[in-house]
Amino acid sequence: MAQIVGAIATSHIPAIGKAIAEKKQNDPYWKPFFDGYDAALAWLKQAKPDVVVMIYNDHGLNFFLDKMPTFAVGAAAQYRSEDEGWGLPVLNSFPGDAALSWHLIEHLVADEFDIVSCQDMAVDHGFTVPMNLMFPDAGGKWPVKTVPISINTVQHPLPTPARCWKLGRAIGRAIESYPKDLRVVVFGTGGLSHQLDGTRAGFINKKFDLYCLDTIVRDPEALTKLSTIDLVREAGAQGVEFLNWIAMRGALLGNVTQIHRNYHIPISNTAGATLVLENRAAVQSQAA
Amino acid sequence: MQHHDIPGTIVYDGEQAQKGYALNAMCYSFNVAANRDEFKHDEDAYCTKYGLNDEQRAAIRERNVLKLLAAGGNVYYLAKFAGILNLNVQDIGAQQTGMSVEAFKEKLAAAGR
Repeated sequence: MAQIVGAIATSHIPAIGKAIAEKKQNDPYWKPFFDGYDAALAWLKQAKPDVVVMIYNDHGLNFFLDKMPTFAVGAAAQYRSEDEGWGLPVLNSFPGDAALSWHLIEHLVADEFDIVSCQDMAVDHGFTVPMNLMFPDAGGKWPVKTVPISINTVQHPLPTPARCWKLGRAIGRAIESYPKDLRVVVFGTGGLSHQLDGTRAGFINKKFDLYCLDTIVRDPEALTKLSTIDLVREAGAQGVEFLNWIAMRGALLGNVTQIHRNYHIPISNTAGATLVLENRAAVQSQAA
Repeated sequence: MQHHDIPGTIVYDGEQAQKGYALNAMCYSFNVAANRDEFKHDEDAYCTKYGLNDEQRAAIRERNVLKLLAAGGNVYYLAKFAGILNLNVQDIGAQQTGMSVEAFKEKLAAAGR
């Protein structure tokens, strides 16, 4: 059976992708941020994932306002990186796992999540920057298959934190019912607090971010009491990307341990953060 | 629709999305390099092609982010217009808050202390 071995949450700020392309990891501005990835990379290496299920949001590459799905699941053999209009390098395509995708789609719809399925999908920095960060030695040959799951954080009404938590639970159940022996790591990308638009642009809320980082590990259901407007107020207009983290955490059905976390202000206009969680099956094997 | 009390913050809802559809459609087209070139070649003709209204055209002409937002622009699509102008998110943050770019960067750094 497929097994979720853990989860990685990470910011997906486009500037990170540029810094990687320009090899700026040791610049004084970037070092405190990139140093936070060493422990995450070490964990990922021993976790040996076959598949990354990537919970992220599109920012106007694959989806436009003409058709804006609340939840969309990729079901393609590969996912294209494309020009986003402002100079982020285009990466090699990412291999999909269409069989796992359709298993997820079947189970999510049966579980009353009426998602949109996408057989043709370009993935933007919300997906590509975390892949680039977590597989720095891939050289364009990605060592895992991927399943993108996109949550609408662009156009209100957004799904509530409670709904994203439940989606995550359903994703977790779907993955764990997949008959193939696969090691799966769930990524949740974006955040933490930031706001790009309006006269409150530049808003960052360290206190709230630290609350979220603590709470998502030990008492994640407390986060489901927040409304989306609470998230806008406390995390900023774009800090609502924390919804992706909540869904990611929801997918961990076992006993969860924090392996690593890093938090650094600022990266571009954002509080940059990384969180690595290990997931152990709640029911221990009785084999003597 | 005023259904929140968060100063200086837009909740990008259906009202905004309807108002800004043409403007955002134009900015969405800037994902493609040939479209960016076509816009740069004749901005006015490109705005006509996408059916921008007078308010949206003026905001594009003035490169004014707050006016683009007021005209229904969504920041994720507007970012592609900012890309054409070689403006990053600190540049547009400074413009919207009336600060210098250096002061805006300092404000971001101060949030970590």
